[in-house]
Amino acid sequence: MVAAPQSPATAKLEVRDLAINYGTKQAVSDISLTIRENEIFGIIGPANAGKTSFLKAINRMEDFDTNMSVAGQILFDGVDTRQVRNVYGLRRRIGVVFPLPVGLPMTVYDNVALAPRLAGVRNKAELNVIVERCLHRAALWDEVKDRLNALGSLLSGGQQQRLTIARALSQEPDLLMLDEFSIAIDPVTTMRIEDVLKELRQEMTIILVTNLVQQARRIADRTAFFLEGSCVEIAPTEDLFTGEVSDQRTRDYVEGRFG
Amino acid sequence: MFASSELNQRNRNRERVFRVLFGTMTALLVLPVIIILVTLVVKGGPVISVEFLFGNPTNGMTAGGIFPALLGTVWLVLVALLASVPLGVAAAIYLSEYAADNWFTRAINLAIINLAGVPSIVHALFGLGAFVVFFGLGTSILAASLTLAIMTLPVVIVATREALQAVPQSFREACWNMGATRWQTIHRVVLPNAITGVLTGVILEVSRTAGETAPIMFTGAAFFLPFLPQSVFDQTMALSLHLFVVSTQVPGMPEQLPFGVALVLIGIVLIMNSLSIALRMYLRGKKKW
Ligand SMILES: Nc1ncnc2c1ncn2[C@@H]1O[C@H](COP(=O)(O)OP(=O)(O)OP(=O)(O)O)[C@@H](O)[C@H]1O
Ligand SMILES: [Mg+2]
Repeated sequence: MVAAPQSPATAKLEVRDLAINYGTKQAVSDISLTIRENEIFGIIGPANAGKTSFLKAINRMEDFDTNMSVAGQILFDGVDTRQVRNVYGLRRRIGVVFPLPVGLPMTVYDNVALAPRLAGVRNKAELNVIVERCLHRAALWDEVKDRLNALGSLLSGGQQQRLTIARALSQEPDLLMLDEFSIAIDPVTTMRIEDVLKELRQEMTIILVTNLVQQARRIADRTAFFLEGSCVEIAPTEDLFTGEVSDQRTRDYVEGRFG
Repeated sequence: MFASSELNQRNRNRERVFRVLFGTMTALLVLPVIIILVTLVVKGGPVISVEFLFGNPTNGMTAGGIFPALLGTVWLVLVALLASVPLGVAAAIYLSEYAADNWFTRAINLAIINLAGVPSIVHALFGLGAFVVFFGLGTSILAASLTLAIMTLPVVIVATREALQAVPQSFREACWNMGATRWQTIHRVVLPNAITGVLTGVILEVSRTAGETAPIMFTGAAFFLPFLPQSVFDQTMALSLHLFVVSTQVPGMPEQLPFGVALVLIGIVLIMNSLSIALRMYLRGKKKW
């Protein structure tokens, strides 16, 4: 297969005619878009817009759910993810954080060391470095550094959410997908994580699904507006907020006049 | 503000009635167990002695000890466990973690549950045909243990599968999302959290295995043997069969002796069960969510 010639050299992810169904119910239809390398790509939109489903399709989570089916193409670095043989290798390059945090029933340390261990890192010193770095980046280090051996599943909700962020980062992913990562996190800590994300842009591509329109405005380079399973509009984030948009529905949504 | 209305009063009366009702039922259930245990201890207790536990039967089994039967039961249970636990756990892991949820898997699951209801005499005949005759193991500990293993496999599979399915799906998905393979997920997340449930299955199995008579009667347990088994290819005596024999087959048996045998049999089951319960409690103390 030849990558489409018109796609820019820096495309990290290319989505073509994506449609997602749960059973017979269509959740996403006809989404085509390109996400560039090293950008923060925001996705906003009301409930049931298909934002979470979109992320799930990228990580091929339909493999876990016989009810979910995906049509169309998602090219990751030019390779069709549906055709990838080594789906484990693919998922290792993609870090995901979902809104309901899942602290695995093991210690905080083991939670963050799991991905490197799965990838074959055995060296204790090396693991220590990774764990500390990821917990720092997820703004959790100061709170847990004295209890790395406590159970991850017993942390508070907000801490578990940051733990899942640390865990996603521990994969050293090319692509980081965050789905409403801040719902259980206080505003100050959220800002700290946002700053980290802006720095991480040097190393990876980030997709940020958020219900907080202002969060997209603060850190996303470009933002897409999803509505009822379709992508209504994609634009440089600032344009969405300064009225430089072509679609009335987008304007209504970002200005909070939706309903 | 907290004055009780008529409705309130009625609900509280009803509450009392149900509490007493259910309590009585429970007591009625527990009562026979207590009566059995007390009878055994009172009548069988005096028989128990070092000589009884570690001696050979003498005088046509009307005197002496029960050591060959005691040892035989331990052998049978251990060999049966060695066969059925790895097999059963592997099958349960396959059914719960790998097999697609389709009509075929569901049919297999149904078959397993039904298998648990097959009478033990049927298993006995199967064991006789398959292990003793077809595989040429003869009547031996191995043949008897394998028969017991086949008989208890469904229990182990069902208990293990349920333990695996009690581990939240979200744990698996979190792990898969990081690029873990099925096996990595099972080995790092699912099994460590299901181990207590697996042990429950094993406990059930031990109790059942030690007490079974029919399946071993045709396949490896002997009426009376003057020597101890040297390997798994020998026949052996067993407590359950011995109990049957001394209770019904031997004239002139002292009245107390069968009670002593029964007490030892129950004692063995209790000891084996307490070991696994202790292990289970230890592991549950480390349970992580
Ligand atoms: N596992 C599932 N099974 C069946 N239907 C689902 C499943 N997940 C999502 N859906 C349906 O797909 C549609 C899109 O849901 P999705 O979770 O992608 O929306 P979302 O934009 O993430 O919404 P929110 O902002 O509430 O998180 C919804 O109508 C939802 O009911
Ligand atoms: Mg969502």
